[in-house]
Amino acid sequence: MESPDAAASGALGDVVERSEVEPVNKKEWRSLYQKREKIHPKRAEGTFRRIKWIVMAVTLAIYYLAPWLRWDRGPDAPDQAILIDMPARKFYFFFIEIWPQEFYYVTGLLILAALSLFLITSVAGRVWCGYTCPQTVWTDLFIAVERMIEGDRNARIKLDRAPFSMSKLRKRAEKHAIWLLIALCTGGAWVFYFADAPTLAGELLRFDAPAIAYITIGILTGTTYLLGGFAREQVCTYMCPWPRIQSAMIDEDSLIVTYHADRGEPRGAHKKGESWEGRGHCVDCNQCVAVCPMGIDIRDGMQLECISCALCIDACDGVMDKVGLPRGLIAYDTITNMERRAEGKKPIGHILRPRTILYASLIAVIGSVMLYLLATRSDLELNVLRDRNPLFVTLSDGSIRNGYTVKILNMAHETRTFGLTVEGLENPTYTVVGAEDVSALTVGPDSVGSFRIFVAVPQGTIHHGSKDVEFVITDKATGDEVENETSFKGPRR
Amino acid sequence: MARDRKTDTVTGVETTGHEWDGIRELDNPLPRWWLWVFYASILWAVVYWILMPAWPGITGYTKGLLGYSNRGAFAEKVEAARAAQSVYLDRIRDASVSEINSDPELLEFSLAGGRSAFAVNCSQCHGSGAQGGPGYPNLNDDNWLWGGDVDAIYQTIRFGVRSDHPDTRQNIMPAFLDDGILDRSQVNDVATYVQSLSGSEEPADAVERGGQVFAEQCVACHQEDAKGSHDLGAPNLTDAIWLYGGTRADIVNSITHGRSGVMPAWAPRLESETVKQLAVYVHSLGGGE
Ligand code: SF4
Ligand code: SF4
Repeated sequence: MESPDAAASGALGDVVERSEVEPVNKKEWRSLYQKREKIHPKRAEGTFRRIKWIVMAVTLAIYYLAPWLRWDRGPDAPDQAILIDMPARKFYFFFIEIWPQEFYYVTGLLILAALSLFLITSVAGRVWCGYTCPQTVWTDLFIAVERMIEGDRNARIKLDRAPFSMSKLRKRAEKHAIWLLIALCTGGAWVFYFADAPTLAGELLRFDAPAIAYITIGILTGTTYLLGGFAREQVCTYMCPWPRIQSAMIDEDSLIVTYHADRGEPRGAHKKGESWEGRGHCVDCNQCVAVCPMGIDIRDGMQLECISCALCIDACDGVMDKVGLPRGLIAYDTITNMERRAEGKKPIGHILRPRTILYASLIAVIGSVMLYLLATRSDLELNVLRDRNPLFVTLSDGSIRNGYTVKILNMAHETRTFGLTVEGLENPTYTVVGAEDVSALTVGPDSVGSFRIFVAVPQGTIHHGSKDVEFVITDKATGDEVENETSFKGPRR
Repeated sequence: MARDRKTDTVTGVETTGHEWDGIRELDNPLPRWWLWVFYASILWAVVYWILMPAWPGITGYTKGLLGYSNRGAFAEKVEAARAAQSVYLDRIRDASVSEINSDPELLEFSLAGGRSAFAVNCSQCHGSGAQGGPGYPNLNDDNWLWGGDVDAIYQTIRFGVRSDHPDTRQNIMPAFLDDGILDRSQVNDVATYVQSLSGSEEPADAVERGGQVFAEQCVACHQEDAKGSHDLGAPNLTDAIWLYGGTRADIVNSITHGRSGVMPAWAPRLESETVKQLAVYVHSLGGGE
């Protein structure tokens, strides 16, 4: 189906390179039962390609380097800026520290991320897919490596068809070695988010890191290598649910990469000096098809496969420059504006719409609630669990005793001492297991202090079987107070 | 029906020959990836039969080359858990209960171990919360028949009360009426006296008569102040806690028929480190002395 482009080149008098290329994923021959046709994306140059290089550099740098950032939290807490501490069930993100019971922050973050995705998608289409999705970024990187070693599209097609030779073997070996190295680094970087990076790096090199670290690296190395080197566009087309969800997010006012058929058709080869009268601007050079990493022809209209990477825009803009026509035959545009243009009307703005305003205000509301919660987050929490079995105990002098398990969550990075009182009881007496006295409950930095506390009241002070009480702990040093309500049970009489 | 294969005009694909209300099924080839997964599954199954227990026979089953069995895996897990615990269990075996009680690490381990051992062995009588019931002491309170320090508790659990162990704790609350030691009116008087010890208003003459009987018959065990004795396992009769109930009828009942509850000796049944953990756990329930 594909032949080296050089064969067909030259038909246009060398102004525009011409590719004899059929889109691999064309609607007419799209079938589940077909063997995958390998796509050899041609190198593109232009504005969007430059943006993509920059985005790739930034996102990869963040991914590989973020675990190595340090953030001082005092002597008793980890100094890794981003750390998911599974054994201690804590999540550290710069100044934010999340304990398991505060997992709603993470939920909030996920909701924010989802809403931002909705907003961006409804404004600018599949930006996520085209620029920042890991699948896109790593595939792009893998293709760049491939191009570096095996050459651009034509050279690669030739190499694929060439019979076995030493130089083919060498090129293939080099390519796969570099791919595997990238994959290994990718898997390797992942585990550093879950442990102190420098320590784990040392352990990994000495081969005494925990087995799970090697297993994780192994799995991620394998998936990166497979998904970036081989599966590529099939991940987006067949495996990823996002393209399907996208269709619900995109409407006629979202930016999509689109071919202006009204301007381009009827297409046809064009010789230098020929008139443009009575024909479309598309010179049918197929450059847009050759660069497409998804193997589609954007001139067929909007397609599920298109990840909006805009490389075809770059390719076509280059062609338009050469033939001396204005850019933008393929461009980001909205369906509404295409229709308006066809009717000869002026294009209208697409950003301010009820939908985008709704998303933006939801983001603002949730964002500010979360900021407020984070800013007012207490580093102290008190949980009181009353014994249910037995409900209460009668002591030999007739007094009634209840048992409680008191958990003090000290989320500060220093040891703190608390005094405890129970309000709402007459003459309570306390005994405590785990500390000398209820006036001196000591809890280490960043940890949960658990104490068994027995509270007894004299005979006859509990009526009707139950009394509402309040446990109050007071930080001895700062005077900070935290309360927790519970009840005190006694005989029903 | 399967003979009735036709070629679908729209897709150009042959149909399977099945027809449901005019709807025919296309006989498309299977997707390649599906086919490969299918072959891989078959291969996997064959490998699995060879390696793992698989086929039932008349008297047994094919064991598989790996020799795996769920029962064996479970035994290994138990073994591993025991090995992990042995660090503590070895130290507990060599330590006295009071040493365990003052070592935070061993204490924590013993409280967890004691809790589960209590649930299995003790809760049937003493209740899951150790709250007891008529005839079965509440282990949460501050009242102890045979002493509430951790060593005394350990001794009681090891040898039991009126058990068949030679070192058992042993005493007798006689059946004063049944055995003819006291007559009915004396029993009533003593009961009145005992009630008065807890501050209840009783007729003075009955209290006095009862007091005399008490001094003759009961002080040997319950002591002159009626506060009982840990050495003899005699309950304190002046407090708010009644093992067999504190109403007049309960008290008369106890004096009339006697009381002789039994607690088995656990030393012959459980490992020494389990008994120690139990002692430490019971001591921690709130009334330990
Ligand atoms: S059609 Fe264009 S924008 Fe879409 S995937 Fe292909 S090159 Fe990218
Ligand atoms: S749309 Fe542009 S790049 Fe594609 S064939 Fe036409 S002129 Fe060439």
